[in-house]
Amino acid sequence: MSWSKIEMADKVISLIENGSSVNLGIGMPTLIAQRMPIEKNVMIQSENGVLGVEGRPTKDKVSPTLINAGKETISIKKGASFFDSALSFGMIRGGHIDYSILGGMEVDVEKNLANWMIPGKKVTGMGGAMDLVNGSKKVIVMMAHFSKSQKPKLTRKCSLPLTGAAVVDLVITDLGIFKPNGQRFEIIELAPKITELECSLP
Amino acid sequence: MTKDSDPFKKVYANAQEALDGLCSGMSIMSGGFGLCGIPENSIDAITQMDIKDLTVISNNIGNSGRGLVKILVQKKIKKAYCSYVGGNPDLEQQILNKEIEYELVPQGTFAERIRAAGMGIRGFYTPTGYGTVVADKKEIKVFDRPCILELPLDADFAIIKAQKADPYGNLWFKEAARNFSPLMAMAAKITVAEVEELVELGDIPPEDVHVPGIFVQRIYQGKNYQNDIEFLITKDNQ
Repeated sequence: MSWSKIEMADKVISLIENGSSVNLGIGMPTLIAQRMPIEKNVMIQSENGVLGVEGRPTKDKVSPTLINAGKETISIKKGASFFDSALSFGMIRGGHIDYSILGGMEVDVEKNLANWMIPGKKVTGMGGAMDLVNGSKKVIVMMAHFSKSQKPKLTRKCSLPLTGAAVVDLVITDLGIFKPNGQRFEIIELAPKITELECSLP
Repeated sequence: MTKDSDPFKKVYANAQEALDGLCSGMSIMSGGFGLCGIPENSIDAITQMDIKDLTVISNNIGNSGRGLVKILVQKKIKKAYCSYVGGNPDLEQQILNKEIEYELVPQGTFAERIRAAGMGIRGFYTPTGYGTVVADKKEIKVFDRPCILELPLDADFAIIKAQKADPYGNLWFKEAARNFSPLMAMAAKITVAEVEELVELGDIPPEDVHVPGIFVQRIYQGKNYQNDIEFLITKDNQ
């Protein structure tokens, strides 16, 4: 039984220490804000200039100037602050963010991450990802285990242009939690009834 | 004394007047993250101007067919500097079809290059992008770890949007609408700020000024703001 996206988000939350600062990337990671228990006292940063993201607003509190990195409407909690992009990335590059949780296209055993383009086919752009993987204390990649064409996204060597070299600490997929150690992926946990064989690890 | 040189006479009638002097071949910085905080009126005015070969510096160059995409699809942009293309299929197509020159800049480096231009910093070393194509042909220096040399990014014009301005050009932004705008205001020769509210001198308390007026040359009151939300997600539909 592979994990749902919500179960993946809850797994990531269980890995995050109480009281830490966390940046959430576009896509699946934004689920973490919605699921984060208030008593963990985590401050969620959004690269567009928000520290203290809470979750989703009620209909009457929606504001076009209150969005996350994925341009989705958000709510903020008490103690939140707004700032410009230079300060936001100073926070990131300056080592003030404990965890960066972001999506991926490929991660390899040497802790490399690729998540911003497929040459000739797709240009997403790196956005803040290159700053985040180099500046945050811990980098957790949250992604589907297999691509849409059923290729494993955990590989021996990334084939796509890199976002960062030797930067990934942990990978969480719908099949489990994996730690690249330079030679291979260590299995930290597998989803219920998932076998190592099904993970097609390199 | 020209209008640009009197520090208390910066208010223009509309976007057309405030953009006077913007010509083909010039560079423009535009504030906004996605569609949040974009200078809607200035962008619309540029769609009406007979200019081309622009260099446009903006985090997303518009999104979802809106914002700067209106200028992009008119083929007025020769070169784009941005960090993120996702959500902007028009830009992605022009890149893949090699119809536009572009430089993808990591977002923190993008912000810092613009800030550096405005702050008189001639270059800086950052670990961001080391080991990737971003480092290609750039000087590398090893501090505690390898870093790459990045250079300032300036422009002829900055077009930005704030919630409030006073006649000196002191600006106040709402919530997360600030993003790149304060940096761009510092980095451009002429900064054109459009606002939802023009207020009197002194109405923005000095401790609440987000951008001091010294960085803003022209101001006008915008109109018909759409303030589009790209992805509306509430507690009820999350």
